[in-house]
Amino acid sequence: MNETRPKPQRWAAFANNYGMVLVLLILIAAFSVLTLERQSSTGADAGRVVARDIVNAHGSSSTVVVVAGLKPPDESFLREATDALEAAGVTVAATVGGRPADARRAIERVLQEGHSIDAIAATGDAARWSIYDRFESVGNSRCVSAAPTLWPTFAKSENILNVANQTAIYAIIAIGMTMVIITAGIDLSVGSLVALSAVAAAVFIRDAGDGTETGAGLMIVGCCVGMGICALGGVFNGVMITRLGIPPFITTLAMMLMARGLARRLSDELSIQALPASFTWIGGAATFGIPNPVFLMVVLYGVAHVVMSRTVFGRYAYAVGGNAEAARLSGVPVKRVIVVVYTLCGALAGLGGIVQSSKLGSGDPKLGLMFELDVIAAVVVGGTSLMGGEGRIFGTLIGAFIIAVIKNGMNLMKVGAPEQQIVLGAVVLLAVLVDTLKRRGTAH
Amino acid sequence: MVNTVNTAPLLEMSRIRKSFPGVQALSDVSLRLHRGEVLALMGENGAGKSTLIKTLGGAHRPDAGTIAIDGKPVDLSSPTAAIEAGIGVIYQEFNLIPALTAWENIFLGRERTGLLVDRADERSRAAVLFERLGVDVPLDIPSRLLSIAQQQLVEIAKALSQDVRMLVMDEPSAALTQQEVNKLFAIIHELKRQGIGIIYISHRLDEIFNIADTITVLRDGRYVGDAPASEMTRQQLIELMVGRSIENEFPKQAAEIGDARLVVKGLCRGATVRNVSFEVRRGEILGLTGLVGAGRTELVRLIFGADTRDAGQIALDGQVLNINSARDAIRAGICLLTEDRKSQGLVLCRCVRENFALPNVRQLSAFGVMQQRHERSAFSAYVDSLSIRIPHQQQLARNLSGGNQQKVVLAKWLQQNAEVLIFDEPTRGIDVGAKHEIYQLMNDLTARGKSIIMISSELPEVLGMSDRILVMHEGRITGEICDVASATQEEIMQLAIN
Repeated sequence: MNETRPKPQRWAAFANNYGMVLVLLILIAAFSVLTLERQSSTGADAGRVVARDIVNAHGSSSTVVVVAGLKPPDESFLREATDALEAAGVTVAATVGGRPADARRAIERVLQEGHSIDAIAATGDAARWSIYDRFESVGNSRCVSAAPTLWPTFAKSENILNVANQTAIYAIIAIGMTMVIITAGIDLSVGSLVALSAVAAAVFIRDAGDGTETGAGLMIVGCCVGMGICALGGVFNGVMITRLGIPPFITTLAMMLMARGLARRLSDELSIQALPASFTWIGGAATFGIPNPVFLMVVLYGVAHVVMSRTVFGRYAYAVGGNAEAARLSGVPVKRVIVVVYTLCGALAGLGGIVQSSKLGSGDPKLGLMFELDVIAAVVVGGTSLMGGEGRIFGTLIGAFIIAVIKNGMNLMKVGAPEQQIVLGAVVLLAVLVDTLKRRGTAH
Repeated sequence: MVNTVNTAPLLEMSRIRKSFPGVQALSDVSLRLHRGEVLALMGENGAGKSTLIKTLGGAHRPDAGTIAIDGKPVDLSSPTAAIEAGIGVIYQEFNLIPALTAWENIFLGRERTGLLVDRADERSRAAVLFERLGVDVPLDIPSRLLSIAQQQLVEIAKALSQDVRMLVMDEPSAALTQQEVNKLFAIIHELKRQGIGIIYISHRLDEIFNIADTITVLRDGRYVGDAPASEMTRQQLIELMVGRSIENEFPKQAAEIGDARLVVKGLCRGATVRNVSFEVRRGEILGLTGLVGAGRTELVRLIFGADTRDAGQIALDGQVLNINSARDAIRAGICLLTEDRKSQGLVLCRCVRENFALPNVRQLSAFGVMQQRHERSAFSAYVDSLSIRIPHQQQLARNLSGGNQQKVVLAKWLQQNAEVLIFDEPTRGIDVGAKHEIYQLMNDLTARGKSIIMISSELPEVLGMSDRILVMHEGRITGEICDVASATQEEIMQLAIN
């Protein structure tokens, strides 16, 4: 009698698809409002404004020093301000991007060369430096900076990129976890596998290569060794679960202990530091201004989404989680699907370990502690049911970001770490509650 | 027996209305039950029977209408309120805790506690209850070790221990053997004698005419009629339920029967299947019957590779098959429509189209990627030809009625184009209209040269649809009936009891 119920079904589907996105957007909006602050002026626009003001006040025959700090937007401030001033015919005697001492030395030099300084074009932060008053002929009053702008600290592009970069590692591991949970399993070993992979790769690069001098080829082999060992850990999990019938919780709990122990033994409990630049590029560098881990995350999510929604394997995974017996009797190779899923989860945890150690520049056996909990939380918040058979890959991405945004927002608002844990616990509970209520709504 | 003269009926439900979002489940349904009366509540799946008894059990609150007991209105706002009002409901799925014994289950939640539960007292009170029912149920073993029939008796005893005045039973006979059903009827007679009113729901028409005093029929959430059972014919009842006349309950069309296709030799598995050999021919429906537990399902699961066999050989069209899993069997052209579609036939939390595609992904994909357009059109062809009633292909399998679920399972096997189709209780829990459609489909399949093995406990169905009948008892085939037209139910029962 439930078959003629299109309307609530559609609502449920809508909530399923977009509810979490909506939550994320609301969070972003809320934190944007809550962290709305006067932002010290810098960047290209501030540079142009300052140049215009100086030309208006001092004319085009004046001599100017351009001063800024070391942050990325400061560079564009320097470039824009200098270009605009020179275009107007103003003499730019010095352009300084650095610490106050650097600026002081530059001003001294300009004055020694016999120039007089009419104005100092500065970013908001640089204008507050106390170095200018040391020079009688200069003084802070000669500093020109653009008016501060009102802008949410949360929504500053560096902060957003920072959040994305920090989330990427969890999100990458969460892909594998989503697949495992969709098959009604769980994998507690991912955190330890992160450490195992990081240590194994670092040890390989140290011993087989030449430490920091290791070439890209050996470095790639090292990464593959790290991921491969973790994939084998996943195979072991899968085989134990399917062939010996040990519950996933227990199997992966054991793997969590064994992998952590192995990582500690391999590294002699030390953090391995000597890693080549090509290795730190993976997690540390950026391409087109976007951190590499974020790129990797986006690509992997695209692939995983297609795999889970469009391929035979994806269909099988959902069927196994929804009803393993019905799947088996429909000809689904249930055991094989489960082994593959745990293998993928292990390999992705291994990849997470490579990215993390590359970001930190060291292979540390303490990496990834408690990662499994953050990753499971991301999957659950993303709407995947722990009962199996339901869930979406992109839901997990949203879930990971919801958690990351809450953490970041609370950091910006100076909420303490203990309070943050309490809030995150409540968020996970809330997500499961929503799932339960939805279930109650559709089950009859 | 009754000290005060009270002319009001035991239970009177009037003008009950209940709607769920998007569907009017009950509209103005009225029902009247007297003391010591057995009322059969009839209707197709989706007619509103379940909703009606759930309102009685306090699981649903009606939107409108009144419920009165002994003429006094009652408010059944929760299952507890229903029990206090004297209504016991035994749902199809039992609510027993598997690890607890019969008597622990009976008194669950109502333990008379001092510091500790008085176990001896509860146990002896349970024994008295079973004595009152005239049955013998092992008291001290966990309920999960009890047979379905015994578990049902525990449920009945539980209701009686709560001093109920009426008992609602939803398909109590569905999982029982004929002997167990007979015993159940004896208990119902005893309860009647004690003045308890009984509402009995079943799809088995024979039973209804056997046990019911009056019959109330629902259709599409509406009351369509009632009558004393003695004044209604089987034909009339079916027509009332379906809303149109069905000329022939079993529309058997014999197909041309050819050579042997599936040949099974010496199949064994432990004590459940013992040295079974038989064959199925082209265009034949082979009925496989026997008591529940005779090994019928276990036998076909061996053929399908769902369980591993100890010994035996399976051949199709003269070729010996190496079947070690369901996957192997499906590839070889054998499929099994399982007895329990919810736990074995469907992935309830996934949509019907995905369920349809599950065994057919090989045909519906290219290089491991599902061809969604192909999949959609293949499924919609079955939606039309089997008249599956779904709002859209993304409907979750869970939200379908029994008949429509069964059709989705059928569609997935039809798309396989298997040569041998094994149907295990294909019409259990399915309404008359959908049953008829499934019989027609079986005719079509045999006309196309397919072979069908049909397991059924309903003897009229076995006699009505089979070309040949095999009867099993304790894991062995104890009889074969080739001349189905002149066979009788008694003859089959004789072989089944052996």
